[in-house]
Formats: sequence, structure tokens, C-alpha cells
Amino acid sequence: MPERKVTVESVIGLHARPAATFAQTAAAAPFEVTVAKQGGEPVNAKSILSILALDVRRGDTIVIRAEGEGAEELLDRLAAIAAAS
Amino acid sequence: MRLTGNGVSPGVGYGPVRRLVRRAPIPPPDARHGGDADAEFARAAAVLERVGAELDALGRATGGVAQDILAAQAMMARDPSLRDAVRELIDGGMSAARAIYDSFAVFHDALVRAGGRLAERAGDIDDVRDRALVLLDAGATPGPGVLSPPAAGDATPYVLVARDLAPSDMAVLTPGSVAALLLEEGGPTSHTVILARAMGVPAVVGCAGAMRVPEGAVVLVDGDTGRVRVAPTPAELAQTGRRVAYGPATHRPGRTADGRPVALLANIGSLRDLPAAVGCGAEGVGLLRTEFLYLGRRARPRVSEQREAYRAVLDAFPEGQVVVRTLDAGADKPLAFLPPAGHEPNPALGVRGVRAYSVHPEILTEQLTAIAEAAAGTTARLGVMAPMVTTVEEAERFVRACHDAGLPTAGVMIEVPAAALRARDLAEVADFFSIGTNDLVQFTFAADREVGSLHSIEDPWHPALLDLVALVAEAAARAGRQCCVCGEAAADPALACVFAGLGVTALSMAPAALGAVRRALAGHTLDRCRAAAAAARAATTAKAARTAARALLPALGDA
Repeated sequence: MPERKVTVESVIGLHARPAATFAQTAAAAPFEVTVAKQGGEPVNAKSILSILALDVRRGDTIVIRAEGEGAEELLDRLAAIAAAS
Repeated sequence: MRLTGNGVSPGVGYGPVRRLVRRAPIPPPDARHGGDADAEFARAAAVLERVGAELDALGRATGGVAQDILAAQAMMARDPSLRDAVRELIDGGMSAARAIYDSFAVFHDALVRAGGRLAERAGDIDDVRDRALVLLDAGATPGPGVLSPPAAGDATPYVLVARDLAPSDMAVLTPGSVAALLLEEGGPTSHTVILARAMGVPAVVGCAGAMRVPEGAVVLVDGDTGRVRVAPTPAELAQTGRRVAYGPATHRPGRTADGRPVALLANIGSLRDLPAAVGCGAEGVGLLRTEFLYLGRRARPRVSEQREAYRAVLDAFPEGQVVVRTLDAGADKPLAFLPPAGHEPNPALGVRGVRAYSVHPEILTEQLTAIAEAAAGTTARLGVMAPMVTTVEEAERFVRACHDAGLPTAGVMIEVPAAALRARDLAEVADFFSIGTNDLVQFTFAADREVGSLHSIEDPWHPALLDLVALVAEAAARAGRQCCVCGEAAADPALACVFAGLGVTALSMAPAALGAVRRALAGHTLDRCRAAAAAARAATTAKAARTAARALLPALGDA
């Protein structure tokens, strides 16, 4: 399954606005999208609550996975959101 | 009596206590439904969707920082993982209310365990949950915060006391009516505190004993030191009196520290926004968006209906300034009676705003007639302006149409880079400018406002945008015209000072943002603002521009 590994650079981690933007972007996809902390359980990337509960902080590496028409492009966009500082 | 907490939003507020009491019902752990799991889940889903829609609407009506916070809460209400959890519990026989309660608890607890700033977001989750529970319980009561009723006819600004407050509680407050905020709980970086700062309301949080202060007792809340005095002595009042005078409840007009006027106006999207605009001390309306009269209609609104709406706005600001923007419709929000000329793959760049008037001239004629009829006999200083003006010819046609309708003051919005670059030509034709930073940013950076992943390059602090604002303000000043900024950028206290330094003469924003911008301007001289503007334009990136400007604007604190 296509995936991206990204190290989160934002000082606030994947909290607050980045979390909302991330979930909103994933929610637009017609297929399943998951996000996990490296080595951790994947959660629904369309769920802002699940993303917040992951508690991703600056410097953490996350793995985003999706499969379907347009998945590669979506993964690039999600990776860019997570990597943005 | 003296209490102490954390001063988290600067300034001093003084007034009688009114307490906000929460009464969301906690469903018992053994609550079960009658056996029809599908129907029970449909009920839960409908309530969650309604909470999401309410929070979105509240955010849109409030604007500014609150909009982002409430939009995130709306996403929580519609969260797919939450829905799955609720479905599973209901399938197991649990009632909708308890299933919602337990499902939110999982996420609430995870955030609390994470600690720090994330733990402070747990309150946002609780607020969404309580809204859903109240709706399930009573069907249609308002949000969970219930404010004790004021004495009849009492308009004295009050000190709002609560155990804790949700961001959505803040969004429905009329800032001019709240002298200060005093919370028994709450952390310094909670969303509620961020909103209090944005609204210019002094706040003390984490104040033990706050809920024991009796209703109606007069208290003095010092948001700088965290000190709270119940029934302060005249000496204590005098000591802080000077700072009270600069507090948010005062509705003095916008001025820099050395007295240069910068008119502080409100953006209004419907008549519902009027009380907040007046309550926050707006000097007038800098942007009346008239789309609310047209959207969702099968036929054009009648001239008489339009007239009554415009009259209500003009009457709210006797002798104040009121700027009506004529209809900004296009392919992005098509209207049944204003069909788009053809398919437009990129509606933001299509036949919209002033461009649509040449296709449907009757729309403009009727609107201008209604505005002119509404203005008869009122004392407000009325201006009318056109959206999406690009060329001098468009401006000339619009100004002529206004004059023909008996409206002497006609301006143009500056949203298109071509219009900004040649503002000196437009200043020959138009009576005033209003810079719409939202669209000007979108067009300057060639970045679609609707695409979330582009937000990072759409930064109004970018020197390219500041250069354009400077060009427009200079052209306006040379021709003796007013130059207003009416986009979201005007609500940023630091940017507001920079705009003043660039020569902008008025700022129009969501009413809730007026207090913070008023304080920021009052804290800096025009020379300071000019220095900050010059430093920002000398930078090469948006980030560096913000840092350079803020370093020269010390009175902003960490707002």
C-alpha cells in the first residue's frame, strides 16, 4: 500500500490547526486513509479526534497510508501539511 | 475579599458579577434504548450533525480567531471515528445519549493523558459533547451555557464568572457588555483565553474561590497581575482606574497613541451582526456584504425588502460611516435569477462582482435604487462600493450608475493586483478605496483560497502584499481619498498597526476583533507604526516581516 513517512516540524506538532487541515484534506478522499506514529497503531486520518489523541509532537515521525485512485497525490499533500513548520 | 489567579488577558475590568452555570445532563451509565438500534443511531447522528452545523454557523458569524476554533469543534461533532464508536455502543443496546457521552470520553481522556496544551483542548471536546447532550435531552434548547439573567434594563458591563468556559460560549458574548472574565479553572493557553485576548477582554483564570463570589457583587479583575478584589475600596479603584479607562468596555474611536484617527469599522454579513457591531464600539460599517439578501432565493429580492434591510443598518449608526458593497455573485455561488454566462472552471477568476453587472444590469439598478431610498432621511454617512473592480472603465461605469441613482459617494474595492498597481488612476474616478485582503492575497499569490494546503503561501504579512497596500494607500492619500482595509488581515492587531503605518485610514473587521485592534493602535504612535511597516517591507519573507514589525510594536505583548 502506498505510504509516506514524515517527520513533523511544526512546533505545535500535529495539534490545533495542522490537525484540522490534515483531517479535512484526508476527508475529501473517497478511500480509506490512515495515519500512525512510527511503530504505533494506525488511526483514521479523516478523524480530527483520533489525530489529536495520537499526540504527535515536533520531531515525531508519522506514517500515512492510502490506496486508491489519486492516493499518491493525496499522500504528497498530507505529507506537506505534516512537514510544514 | 481578595482572590488571586493567573492574569492571562491584559487590562482591568470592573463590574457586577454574573455567573454562567452549565446544566448539561449526564446520562446514567445503564441508559439503554428501546430496541431499535437503527432509529437510535439515526437520532444520535442527526444531533451530532446539528451541533456541527451550529458551531460552523457560530464561527462564520463571529469570524477571526473564533472561526478556526469553532470549525475544528464542528469537525469533532462530525468525526467519523466518533460516529463509529457511537454506532457500536448503540448496537450493543446503549442509549444515544450515553453512547455519545462514553465515546467522547475516550478522546477526552487521551488528551488529558497527553498533558500540556493538548489537555487544555479537552474542554473543546466537552463543549461539543454537552451541546449534543442538551439537544438530545430537550430537543431544542440553546447551548449548554446558561447565563443568569440581568436586572431589567441594566446595561452595565458585567464580570462573567464561571467554573470554565467553552470557546463557543465566548463567541456568543457581546464583547462590549463583558468587562472581564473570571474563571475558577482554565489554563493560560486554552482557546477561551485566546478568544478573550482577541476580543480585548481582560481575563483571570485558575482563580480558586471565584464561584463563591455572590451574584451581583462588584469585583475588580486585573488581567495583568491576576489579582481580583471583591467590593474594592475607592483607593483600590483609583489605583487601577487609569488602566480601566483604557479597557475594552470604552468605546473611544480608533486612534494611534499620538492621536492620529484610524476609523474602526465592522464587517457585517447580515442584520444579526448589528448588535455585536454596536456593542463592540464600531464607529460604523466598513463592509456591508449584501449577499445575504440574495443567497438561497428563487427570485430577486424586492426593492422594498432591500430598502428595509439597508435602513436597519443605517439607523444603527447615526452620523457614522456605512459602506454598502453591492452584490458580489459569480459562478462560485450561482443564483437562480443570475445564471452564469457559461461553465467556468475557475469561478474566482470568472464573471463575478462588478463584471456581472454588465450581463445583468437590472441587479445593480435595483440595488442602488433600494440603497438610495433607504438613505433618505438618515444621518449615516453612506458610501457604496463595487467588488472585483479591475479597470478604470469598470469604475467609471459604476460611479456613474451610483450618481444616476442619487448616491454621491461611490468607491471601489481593491482586490485585483491590476487595480492596486494602478490605484492612482482609479483614485481619479472613485471617491474611496477599500482593500479586500482576502481576494487580493488569493490573486497576488495565485493561490486558491479554497485549497487548504495552499494556506501557508497565502500570508498577508508577505512583503509583496504589503507593497501593494502601500501603493494603494499612497494613491488614496495623494488624491485625498479614504483608504480602508476590510479583509481578515485587518483583525490582526500587529498588521493593523502596520496598515496604519502604510497610510491606511480605516480598518473594518469582525466586531469581536475591534477591542484588540483598538488597544494595539492606542499603544503605538503613528511614527512607530510607520517604522514597523518599513521594517516589514524591508524583509524578504512573510515570517521575517512579522518578526521585524512585532519587534517594533512593544505594546502588543504576546497577543
